[in-house]
Amino acid sequence: MSERIREKLQILADAAKYDVSCSSSGSDRKNTSKGIGDTGSGICHSYTEDGRCVSLLKILLTNHCIYDCAFCVSRSSNDIKRAAFTVEEVVELTMNFYRRNYIEGLFLSSGIFKNADFTMERMLKIVKKLRLEENFNGYIHLKTIPGASEEMVTEAGLYADRMSINLEMPTELGLKMLAPEKSHEEVKKELGVIRNKFIQYADEKKIIKSVPKFVPAGQSTQMVVGATPESDKDIMGTADAYYKAFSLKRVYYSAYIPISHDSRMPVIGTQPSLIRENRLYQTDWLMRFYKFDVKEILNDQHPHLDMEIDPKLSWALRNPQAFPVDINTADYAMILRVPGIGLRSAQKVIAARQYGKLHIYQLKNLGISYNKAQYFIRCADSPFQLNEKEPHVLRRMILQNSKSKYARQPTNQLSLF
Amino acid sequence: MVIYVFDGTFSGLLTAVFESFGRKHRQVKLVCGEHFEQDMFSETVRVTADKAKAERVWEGLKTKGGKDARKQFYSAFLSESAEIFQHLFDYALYVFNQPAGYANNFGNSHVLAVSQMAQKVHREKHRMEAFIRFQKSGNGLFFAVVSPDYNVLPLILKHFKDRYADQVWVIYDERRKYGIHYDLHHVHEVTFDFKPEASPEQSQVTIAMDEKEELYTTLWKEYFKSTNIKERKNMKLHIQHVPKRYWRYLVEKEDDLRV
Repeated sequence: MSERIREKLQILADAAKYDVSCSSSGSDRKNTSKGIGDTGSGICHSYTEDGRCVSLLKILLTNHCIYDCAFCVSRSSNDIKRAAFTVEEVVELTMNFYRRNYIEGLFLSSGIFKNADFTMERMLKIVKKLRLEENFNGYIHLKTIPGASEEMVTEAGLYADRMSINLEMPTELGLKMLAPEKSHEEVKKELGVIRNKFIQYADEKKIIKSVPKFVPAGQSTQMVVGATPESDKDIMGTADAYYKAFSLKRVYYSAYIPISHDSRMPVIGTQPSLIRENRLYQTDWLMRFYKFDVKEILNDQHPHLDMEIDPKLSWALRNPQAFPVDINTADYAMILRVPGIGLRSAQKVIAARQYGKLHIYQLKNLGISYNKAQYFIRCADSPFQLNEKEPHVLRRMILQNSKSKYARQPTNQLSLF
Repeated sequence: MVIYVFDGTFSGLLTAVFESFGRKHRQVKLVCGEHFEQDMFSETVRVTADKAKAERVWEGLKTKGGKDARKQFYSAFLSESAEIFQHLFDYALYVFNQPAGYANNFGNSHVLAVSQMAQKVHREKHRMEAFIRFQKSGNGLFFAVVSPDYNVLPLILKHFKDRYADQVWVIYDERRKYGIHYDLHHVHEVTFDFKPEASPEQSQVTIAMDEKEELYTTLWKEYFKSTNIKERKNMKLHIQHVPKRYWRYLVEKEDDLRV
């Protein structure tokens, strides 16, 4: 018995790991009935050797799948070991890992066996058993199975904290090329079902207090980057559109890791482009937290992100007319746009300058990256400068004085050891 | 410069602040009792922790600094650092001598130091919430041994009480030789009669494990390996997130430590 469960866990964890979301935040389920578990701001309980966080028990219910998507390890034509958990096994694993403080909850995905509804029904059984029988209030991230019925999906939303369905490829064209059975239309339909129900519940909640929680941590999606030839502008344009249309909490970008000899995609052994992935996330952050419009960063003149410098610095160098920013008088929105100043330090600057004009030493202590920021700001004791430096000169100076974690690799490869 | 000697307790520190107001001492060097050597040239005040006086200063910190700032004040204290004790003392004097709201003036060196230390302590608290690993013993008790950088058990107590409301648990701080115990109703502070210097491996021998404990430990270790993506290996980031000093308390990392 224990041998079989060990093998299953290895197979079904290995197959689930390409889903990058590990978020366990954004929900506020309380342990009110002396049961077990709660959710809050999220905890990363461990980190694997690839530096990724382990927050949830991330597994597939099964890796049997009727679909044959070229980018997926579980595709039906792939010759791999197959396995499937029973409902009880998933519940037992989740509860026992949770009680030992290994995890924040469960991330349950699945290959599609028989049909979408049959699969979704089994997943629904698991979350219901956890919530209703085990009194489990930990985090549950449930994948929506493409093509599952509206009833099934909305019922699942009553028990899950987050639901997600992957776009897989940034454009419909790319998706059709590698997964002819899938479409973005289908993803939109499922995202729309949850969004509409979410709005409906929120409206009802205004009138009736006892309305149950519905997907309290919202929806997310994921795109694989680098398997198909989309530009950064295409990728972020899609992300922006989905953020807006479906109020997504997150879009995840996953550098494609070659897993097949399919000639339509990069060959096995090609390094995943981790810098590109990083730059895409930085752009995503600029859109969500720094109030940038995606077109300010990526547009027809600049369809690709600069791999050498981050997108905020890149934007600043392209817009010298916006600088220098006076730290002691500029509004919060503009301080946020200064390269080297993050959200936290921008807030600290605003708080601290009420008590007197800020000087260089104070800015350094507040935690801003002064090396980068100095060229874009003025404060109480900034040295007087006769002429501003040209953007390309600045760029060289900043690159020389900073140590990027990617700097040693001239190509887009990371060393393995 | 006047020297104040206090007992290292939180109420001792607050009492020291109270005393300095009564005596109108602004320039004070605060030292903790055990480190103090008499200096014949300086005036010395011995502070005796006084609950009522401490209470008044504690209330005053809320009025002048606000709830959040006061919470940071307590968190920073739990760092147990002599340097921070001095900052906390000067911070309190500064906040009391300014109009309300100055507890947010990060341009002031004491305010900044306290806030930064509070941040560090908070990070350690968060790490403990993440890195504590319970083992289930034969009689159903979930227990964990830790050795946090700062004295954070008082800060994590509520988190574990709320979350694991239906299981009896103990979290033991090896370094400070005390633990917290939840009995399904309340959390108590406990000290143990088993040798505290015993390593977790040794103490396992003395406590009978639940029959399934080994299975779940194995499953967790194997899950941890399976969920790793080899093509993305990044040991620098891994160690940055999970510093080596925590490995011996983490089931999934303990085997790496023996290599």
